[in-house]
Amino acid sequence: MHLFLLAEGAAEQPPNPIIPIWQEIVVGAIGFALLCFILMKYVFPRMEQTFQARVEAIEGGIKRAEQAQAEANTLLEQYRQQLADARGDAARIREEARADAVGIRDEILAQAREESERIINAGREALAAERSTIVRELRSEVGSLAVELAGRIVGESLEDEARRRGTVERFLAELGEGTEPARAGGRR
Amino acid sequence: MRQLPAVLAEGGAHFPPSVEEFFLPGLGGQPWISKITVLLWLGIALVILFFLIAYRSPKLVPSKGQWLAESMYGFIRDGVARDVIGHEGLRFAPYLTSLFLFIFVSNIWGIIPLAQISPMSHIAFPAFLGLLSWVLYNYAGIRKHGFAKYLRMNTLPPGTPWWVAPILVPIEFFSNLILRPITLAIRLFANMFAGHLILLVFTLGGFTLLGLNTVLLKPISLVAWLLAILLTLFEAVIAILQAYVFVLLTAAYLQGALAEEH
Repeated sequence: MHLFLLAEGAAEQPPNPIIPIWQEIVVGAIGFALLCFILMKYVFPRMEQTFQARVEAIEGGIKRAEQAQAEANTLLEQYRQQLADARGDAARIREEARADAVGIRDEILAQAREESERIINAGREALAAERSTIVRELRSEVGSLAVELAGRIVGESLEDEARRRGTVERFLAELGEGTEPARAGGRR
Repeated sequence: MRQLPAVLAEGGAHFPPSVEEFFLPGLGGQPWISKITVLLWLGIALVILFFLIAYRSPKLVPSKGQWLAESMYGFIRDGVARDVIGHEGLRFAPYLTSLFLFIFVSNIWGIIPLAQISPMSHIAFPAFLGLLSWVLYNYAGIRKHGFAKYLRMNTLPPGTPWWVAPILVPIEFFSNLILRPITLAIRLFANMFAGHLILLVFTLGGFTLLGLNTVLLKPISLVAWLLAILLTLFEAVIAILQAYVFVLLTAAYLQGALAEEH
């Protein structure tokens, strides 16, 4: 108890709490000045720098992203263009191929037609030649047969007479006039 | 009151607590090195160390410590300096943050076990800080507007009818240019002083109740201590709030000093 009181020393009368102790003002001033000095010189300016750097980093990032986006867009546009070109080319090639095919087919058809016509004509000509040969042979044969027959019937040879007068030819010619259209159709 | 000596032997304190509790003797009876100043230095050292360590190699993507340090600065910078003063206020952000940290760390000693008294419960420190704020906002205002114009702005609001001036000018002068540092200092000091006193009342009250001869009253000391714990948490809020209020008002005064004439 006594020690306790002794420790209080001269402060028997408790100090008035709203009267500042001047030593404490000095201590507070020095302490606060030190705190302010160190924080305001070594810490807060660097924080501002960091904030600034962060803002720039974010803005730079956004800019980079925008650039990448633009680049991607141009690439996409380019690809689309190329794709459209390719499609156009393909369509053109297909069209050409189709045209070529048509041309080739027409050509082949024409050739075939020509060929068939040629064959047909050749056939016809051969036929006509054959026919005329046959007709000629038949004509002479029919003439001789008819004359021979008539001679037998009449009892004398009419051969010289018939040859002289050309009776058989005339008759056949008259006969032939009746068959004229058929012969004309066979001819060209 | 017969049991008082017993209480004194146990805790070395009177009940009810008195102003003496705030003035523990310094080393050898002088006030330079006392519990208060040691706590003050310790707080300052902690703040400085924390910030220097947390910010020794700042990264764009902050670590936890760096983030915490940045949040404290950002809280005052954006929440007080920029929002209250405006864009011009950013240059005061370092000072305001230092002020906030200084008051906050000093206040928080009030609830740290074994320390349990805030240096701010000695009016010397709040008074000094109040004076500093007063010098700061007046200096900023005078530098911006010039002495005469600044004085007129602070004592004669524009649009005042001439016949009100004789009453208004002294009142405005007194409230704007004299009372502000005093209210700043007393608000902070009184909160910390009262907070310490309340904690003392409930803690020592508990011991006193325990020492009573009446057995029935002894358990009530538990209630007293429970309240002391709850009020300690309450004091934590007060510690932050008073630091914030001090800084906020300083910023508001700065804003008023820097504002253009309306």
